[in-house]
Amino acid sequence: MEHIVIIGNGISGVTLARHIRKLSDKKITIVSAETDYFFSRTALMYVYMGHMKFEHTQPYENWFWEKNRINLKKGYVKTVQTTSKTLHFAGGDTLQYDKLVIATGSKPNKFGWPGQDLEGVMGMYHKQDLDNLEKHAPNKEVCKRAVIVGGGLIGIELAEMLNSRSIPVTFLVRESSFWNGVLPEGESAMINRHIKNHHIDLRLSTNLKEIKSDDNGKVKSVIIEETGEEIPCNVVGLTAGVSPNIDFIKDSEIETGRGVKVNRYLETNIPDVYAIGDCAEQHEAIGNRRPIEAVWYTGRMMGEALAQTICGNRRPYNPGHWFNSAKFMDIEYQTYGWVFGAKGRPDYEQHFHWKHDDDTKCITVAYHKDTQEFLGINTFGIRMRHETFDTWLTEKRDVDYVMNHLSDANFDPEFYSKFEKEILSAYNNKLQTA
Amino acid sequence: MSLARPDALDITTKQKVALAIGIIGLFILTLALFNTNFPNEGLFLTLSLGLIAVGIVIYSREAYLNKLEGIKNDGQWFKSISSRGVWGWIVGVILTTFYIVLYFYPQYLGLGVDGASNTGLISLFDPLSQLLSGRNASQWFVYGTLYTIAILAFGYKFILKYRHNRYQQVRTVSVMFFQLGFAFLIPEFMYVMNNDLPYYDLKSVWPLNYYIFDEWSVKGFLSNGNIGLALIIFGILSIFVISPILTYKFGKRWYCSWVCGCGGLAETAGDSFRHLSSKKMSAWKLERWLIHTVLVFSVVMTTAMVYTYLGYDSNDFWLTRDVFISLVIGFLTLVFIGVMFFKRQELGKDAKYGAIGFFITIALLLIMHFTGTTDQLFYIKSGALRSTYGIYIGSIFSGVIGTGFYPILGSRSWCRFGCPMAAILGFQQRLFSKFRITTNGGQCISCGNCSNSCEMGIDVRHYAQKGENIVRSSCVGCGICSAVCPRGVLKLENDSMKGRINPTEVLLGNDVDLMELVNQK
Repeated sequence: MEHIVIIGNGISGVTLARHIRKLSDKKITIVSAETDYFFSRTALMYVYMGHMKFEHTQPYENWFWEKNRINLKKGYVKTVQTTSKTLHFAGGDTLQYDKLVIATGSKPNKFGWPGQDLEGVMGMYHKQDLDNLEKHAPNKEVCKRAVIVGGGLIGIELAEMLNSRSIPVTFLVRESSFWNGVLPEGESAMINRHIKNHHIDLRLSTNLKEIKSDDNGKVKSVIIEETGEEIPCNVVGLTAGVSPNIDFIKDSEIETGRGVKVNRYLETNIPDVYAIGDCAEQHEAIGNRRPIEAVWYTGRMMGEALAQTICGNRRPYNPGHWFNSAKFMDIEYQTYGWVFGAKGRPDYEQHFHWKHDDDTKCITVAYHKDTQEFLGINTFGIRMRHETFDTWLTEKRDVDYVMNHLSDANFDPEFYSKFEKEILSAYNNKLQTA
Repeated sequence: MSLARPDALDITTKQKVALAIGIIGLFILTLALFNTNFPNEGLFLTLSLGLIAVGIVIYSREAYLNKLEGIKNDGQWFKSISSRGVWGWIVGVILTTFYIVLYFYPQYLGLGVDGASNTGLISLFDPLSQLLSGRNASQWFVYGTLYTIAILAFGYKFILKYRHNRYQQVRTVSVMFFQLGFAFLIPEFMYVMNNDLPYYDLKSVWPLNYYIFDEWSVKGFLSNGNIGLALIIFGILSIFVISPILTYKFGKRWYCSWVCGCGGLAETAGDSFRHLSSKKMSAWKLERWLIHTVLVFSVVMTTAMVYTYLGYDSNDFWLTRDVFISLVIGFLTLVFIGVMFFKRQELGKDAKYGAIGFFITIALLLIMHFTGTTDQLFYIKSGALRSTYGIYIGSIFSGVIGTGFYPILGSRSWCRFGCPMAAILGFQQRLFSKFRITTNGGQCISCGNCSNSCEMGIDVRHYAQKGENIVRSSCVGCGICSAVCPRGVLKLENDSMKGRINPTEVLLGNDVDLMELVNQK
C-alpha cells in the first residue's frame, strides 16, 4: 500500500489527508512537532481571551484519526533524504514514504533586531507561542506593558488578546496607516481610529530599533528608531509577517526559494514530493495572487486539489475568485475579488468608498474605470454573501448592477439595519458630481 | 488554564456593590425561609425582589456599557462560576436543592397544608399574590415570581451584552414579554375572572404541559362553559395546527427561543453557562435516544390518561375508547407513512430509528388497549403511570436537572435531552421547515466559536467548515453562533425548502471544475 506522509498537521495537511482518505485506501501519516492533534491556528487568540479552551480549537474529536486510519506521528523532521525517500527525525528515528507532502506552514519573521531572541519576545503563530504568552503575560501585574511590532492581521489580534486582560499595549506600525499595504486609505484610517478607541497606544510610521534586556536576559524595554524613545515593557510581540517554515529542507535536493518551489500541480522538482499551504511558493504567481499565499482558505484549497492528483486524477491548483476575511477587534472584514490599497493598484482600478457615520462600517467597491466591470469589494461591519459575489465576478457584472443589487448580497443577521439605500444614493451622488 | 486568573476578570468596585445589593435581596428571602417574621411582608418582599433586580441591573450596566459594542465573552472559561469551578458547583448544588424542596417538600418553604396559613418564604409572597389574584401564595407562585424576575433582570443583562445585535434584542424582549404576560400575569387574572378554571399558561403547549389533557384538567375546562371549551380547543390547535404552521415558516425557534419559558430562562439567566454543553458525538447520540424516548413516553402516557376516563359506550359520548385509540394510531400511522414516502431521502440513516420509535409507540398503545382495565394500564395503576411521568420527567428532568445543573451541564440540558415538545418541533424543523442556518460559502476558518457557544451542543463548525448549511432538529435558533462568528459565516434565515440541505466536499472559492466534479457525487 502506498504510504503518503504529510509533514504538518495544519489546515492544508489535514484537508489533504481527509480527501485522500475519501478517495482511496492509501496509508496516510501526518507528522507534527507542534501538537498531537490538528487545531485551528486562527482560534489560538480565543484561548488566551478565555472564550474557549484549547481543546475547543480542535475541529475533530480525538477518535476521528484512528477511525479514518490517519496515523499521527509527533516528531520534528530534521532532514529529508529524497533519494532513499526517508525522513530523519530529531529523535533519531526515521520514516519511509512513497509520496511526501510538505505542509509545514509559516514562522514569524524576525528582521535581525538586537534583542529579538530575549525571553519575553515572541511571535503569535504556534501553540508554543500561546504557552509562552500565557507564561509572560498572564495578567497586568506580571506584564505591565506589551509592545507589538508589526501592523498586520496577527499584530492586531495580539493587541486584542492583551487588551482582554487589561494589559496596556503599544502597537508599533511601520506604515503610515494600519495595513495600508492591503487596505485602501479610508478603511485603513477607520481601523486606526477603532484601535485607538480600544485604548491601544497605536504608533504609526514607527520602527523598532532594538529590544533591551534586563540582568536576567528578559525583555526590559524597546527603543524606537525614529525618536530614540525607550518604552519599558515585559513582552514584545513580533508580528511583522510570516515566512515559510522550511529550514529543515534547505540542505535537501528539494528546490526552495522563499518557500518550497512548486508548479501548478503543487509538485516540487523532486518526483513524489509536493508542497501545499503557506510554505509552497508558485514559480509564477496565479493572477493577482502572491506566489506564496499564507491564508487559511488557500491552504485548504491546495489540500483539496492535491488529493485529486495523489489519487490519480492529476489536477492543477486552480483557485477561483479571491476571497478573504478577518476581524479587527470588533469590526468584521470580508473581501471578494480584488480591491487594492494604494500600493500596487492597477491604473484601471477605480474605487467607490462609503462609510457609515458611526465609524464602524464601510465598504469599498473596485471597478474598471473604462469597462465599468466590477472587480471586487471590501466590506467592514456589514456581512456579505460569498456565493452572490462569486457569481457576479464570474458573470463579470458591471459596477452599476452590483450597486443596485447590493441587498441581494446582504448576509447580516435578521432585524439588522440595512444600508443599501444609503450606499446607493451615495454612489449615485458621486457619479453626478464626478 | 486553571492557573490563569487574569486580573482583568476581577470585577470593579461598582460591580461588587451591585453584588452586595443583590445578595442583601437574597438574604431577605433566606431569612424568610428560616421563618423570620417580617412586620410588613409586602414591604420586605418589594425590598427583596427590588434589591435583587437592581443589583443585576447595576452589575450588567457596569459590565457592558463602559466598553465598545461587540462580543463580550472574555474570560468565560476562566471564571469559576462559568467554567465548572468551585462557584459553579456551589451554585449548582444550591439550585438543585431548591428544586428538590420546591417539587417534593414545599412545606419546608412554608406552604400551609390543609388550610393552614402560609409561613416562611411562601407567606412573604402572600401580599403580591393577594394583590394579583386575591388568594394566598403557593410554592408555584413563589417559583413563578422568582422565575419571572430572573428572566426580566437577566434578560436586561443579555440585551446589554448584545446591544449591537438586533436579533438578540428582539428575541429577548419577546421571551421577557411572554414570561411576564403569558406565564405570570394572565393566569392570575384568569383566576380572578373565573376561579374554577385550571391554571393555563396559554403559551405552554402539550406535551410540554403534559397535564392539560388529564381528567381533572379537561373536566375543569369543560365545566366552565364556552371559555373553558375555547381554551381546550386552543390547546389542541396549538400543537396540531398553530405550531406546525409557525415551525414551517420560522423553524422551532419561534417557540424555543422566542416564547417558551424554559427557553427564556436558559437564554437569560442561563446565558453564562451556554458554552458548557457537551459537543461530543457521544452526547449527540445520547440526546437522540433520550429525547425521543421521552416523546414516546409522553405520547403513550397522555393517550393512556385520556383513555382511562373515556367510556366504552358511544351512546354516552361519541369519543369512546375504541374511537380514541383508533384516532391516535391512525394519526401516528399517517404521519409515519407520509414521512417515509416523501422524506425518506432526507432522513437517511435516521429512518430506521424513526421506524423503531413508531412501532414501539403503536405496540405500546395496542398492548394498553387489549390489556388495560378501568384503572389499570400495563398491569399498573394508571395514576401511577401519570405520576411517574410527572415526577421523573416533569419535575426531576425539567427542573432539578434541567435548571439545577445549569452550571454543570449548560443551560439547555432539558431542552436538548428531555423536552418532548422540542422533539416534535425538531422533527418538523428537520423535515418541513424553511429555516436553516446558512453557511457563507468557503469563509469558515474552523475556529470553533460557534460550536463552543451552542447551548444545544451542536457541533456547528462540523457543518460550517464543509460549507454546509446547518439543518438540525435540535437547533433552537438562538443565533449566538452567528453572533460570535468572527468571519460572518453564519446566518439564520427562512428561505425556500429547495437546496436547504447542501452537502459539499469541495468548497466555494476553489476551482469551479473541481467543485463540480467532486460535489456532484
